[in-house]
Amino acid sequence: MALKYVQEYRDGELARQLIAAIGDIEGKKMRLMEVCGTHTMSIFRHGIPSVLPDSITLLTGPGCPVCVTAQRDIDIFVALSMVPEVILTSFGDLMRVPGTLSSLQQEKARGRDIRVVYSAFDAVKLAAENPHRQVVFCAVGFETTTPTVAASIMVAQQQGLTNFSIHCAHKLTPPALAALMETPGVEIDGFLLPGHVSVITGTGAYLPVFDQYKIPAVIAGFEPVDILKAVLMLVRQNVSGVPALENAYPRAVCDKGNPKALAVMDQVFKKADTVWRGIGMIPASGLVLREGFNRFNALEKFDIQAGDAPEPAGCACGDILMGLKKPDQCKLYKKRCTPMNPVGPCMVSSEGACAAFYRYG
Amino acid sequence: MGNDKVLLDHGSGGKISHAMISNMILPAFNNPVLNRLDDGAVLEMNGGRVAFSTDSYVVDPIFFPGGNIGDLAINGTVNDVAMCGAIPEYVSVGLILEEGFSSDDLSIILQSMARAAQKAGVQVVTGDTKVVPRGKADKIFINTSGFGIIPPGIHLSGSSASPGDRVIISGTVADHGITVLTAREGLGIDSEIETDSAPLNHMVKEILKAAPGVHVLRDPTRGGVGTTLNEIAAQSGVGIRIKEQYIPLKGAVLGMCELLGFDPLYIANEGKLLAVVAPEDTDAALRAIQNSPFGRDAAVIGEVTAEDPGKVFLETVIGGARIVDMLAGDQLPRIC
Repeated sequence: MALKYVQEYRDGELARQLIAAIGDIEGKKMRLMEVCGTHTMSIFRHGIPSVLPDSITLLTGPGCPVCVTAQRDIDIFVALSMVPEVILTSFGDLMRVPGTLSSLQQEKARGRDIRVVYSAFDAVKLAAENPHRQVVFCAVGFETTTPTVAASIMVAQQQGLTNFSIHCAHKLTPPALAALMETPGVEIDGFLLPGHVSVITGTGAYLPVFDQYKIPAVIAGFEPVDILKAVLMLVRQNVSGVPALENAYPRAVCDKGNPKALAVMDQVFKKADTVWRGIGMIPASGLVLREGFNRFNALEKFDIQAGDAPEPAGCACGDILMGLKKPDQCKLYKKRCTPMNPVGPCMVSSEGACAAFYRYG
Repeated sequence: MGNDKVLLDHGSGGKISHAMISNMILPAFNNPVLNRLDDGAVLEMNGGRVAFSTDSYVVDPIFFPGGNIGDLAINGTVNDVAMCGAIPEYVSVGLILEEGFSSDDLSIILQSMARAAQKAGVQVVTGDTKVVPRGKADKIFINTSGFGIIPPGIHLSGSSASPGDRVIISGTVADHGITVLTAREGLGIDSEIETDSAPLNHMVKEILKAAPGVHVLRDPTRGGVGTTLNEIAAQSGVGIRIKEQYIPLKGAVLGMCELLGFDPLYIANEGKLLAVVAPEDTDAALRAIQNSPFGRDAAVIGEVTAEDPGKVFLETVIGGARIVDMLAGDQLPRIC
């Protein structure tokens, strides 16, 4: 496998130059938020907070797909796993997230047929191979994963599969940025925008939010040099007082995004109000199947009744996702809530703010 | 939400495994030899000392690039015995076979075990075979135990690391775990990655000859280098600092880790060892390792400190620092 674009962007010398450039700018205190789980991981794994000046605080926003999935959706996934003929398929990091009464991992240990897949296409393949079983896919994730789920539904339709369905908990990034800006008490001096999501959406998807709130915003890649470059650009925007929407990841992201991916998403899904864990309902921030694709809706197919599911008492995931609290300011952190016994999803996913803070902090 | 059932994480080698060992297994068998939690037991016998170790192999798939469950089972136990400073001599083999398992596959696996034993210079001297109904086991499970004599004057233990010691890894990390994962999941990726499964007893013998100042030898199998270094730091009550830029890693393995969101520091190795060596003997130990056919890529990756006892720190390529904690359970592939 070619390794291009990994080592080049982990160049120690280049990184040191960027760190020095950031340090040279005498600035006010700045709070910069990333809204992407892969950024969270990369920032902690490469020790980026430890090389930045004290005046710059990096915040972890609502960018980890597992962390923003509502408790009710987790309960639905667990309920679906209990339907006898169902093979439930899920991305790996959803397995440990605790629902109200159980997690997928615990249900698997109780004998439910739950399988980790790497793509929705694996689930479609499983459905074709198991015509007497019902294969359900737990559809979570942002614009990065949604197009492949949409495409897998198109494939299942073309193949005439009647034993494939999804429960859709997909979410959209730009409405979450707007919701953050509208939340009282939230103080953000700039957004580090997600690279993978932006490959699909293009830079243009953020224009409405940027035009409304005029906040510094830079699309960043995932290697340390990418992130440091984007931080430097955000710092410069803050110092100059001229906010801009910039792209520091041009090797992957263009203005228009990926039109094919956007088209298939639009064909299968439509926007809907949805609940984000800890944040609450954000208008038009989620996706549901369009009417023509209702037979792929697992909720209707299996008549799952899902009531409201309150989040665990004391869990500060919501405040943490909005940058209102640091993980160690949650009263459950490292006490009742640890990676071994997570209470909230931020402690579960390796991308979660609390798990990363616990592991690398 | 407590765990009333055994989860896969209990077998990960991480914190959840350790909790089960401390809370259930150690209290059941409580004795000073077991409580040391080294790779094998060190036993006094007739004035001499022997090392005794056991391990079970349940790998899926049973055949993977560069090896199969059979040579893995021999090499793994040979290595666990060797990490105690012993010369492995005798091995037992317990086979648990699923009804309907292919005799041809069994024959291939047994032949690989014989070849691996010959290569390592050990004899399989006792064994057991059980067959269970179809579906009650997955094709074939193998348990091996091994036995070897520790030469006089050799005292290795995970609790013997002292401040100032250097940490050596005998080659590239994460090869085995990524090979098996790629083979298991049918990810459709062509790569040249293969398992590093190898007997390390000859290498250990050369290290002990060249570097009397070696304090700890461990093979970072399940849980990888990150978990093993945490175990050494905890057992010895020391800190360990390693440098990312010195850790040998194959390009293709790094690529796969990036793709799946895995940290190579927590991925299994089956033919690598970590050596913690007094500073004055570091060069000699490194040369001895590099002279072995399985140690050409060996490198010094860090050192033992008096500060931060029980903790492992990594200096990243960009000069940042972070903790390398023991994981709770297995790494799970991420969503995007």
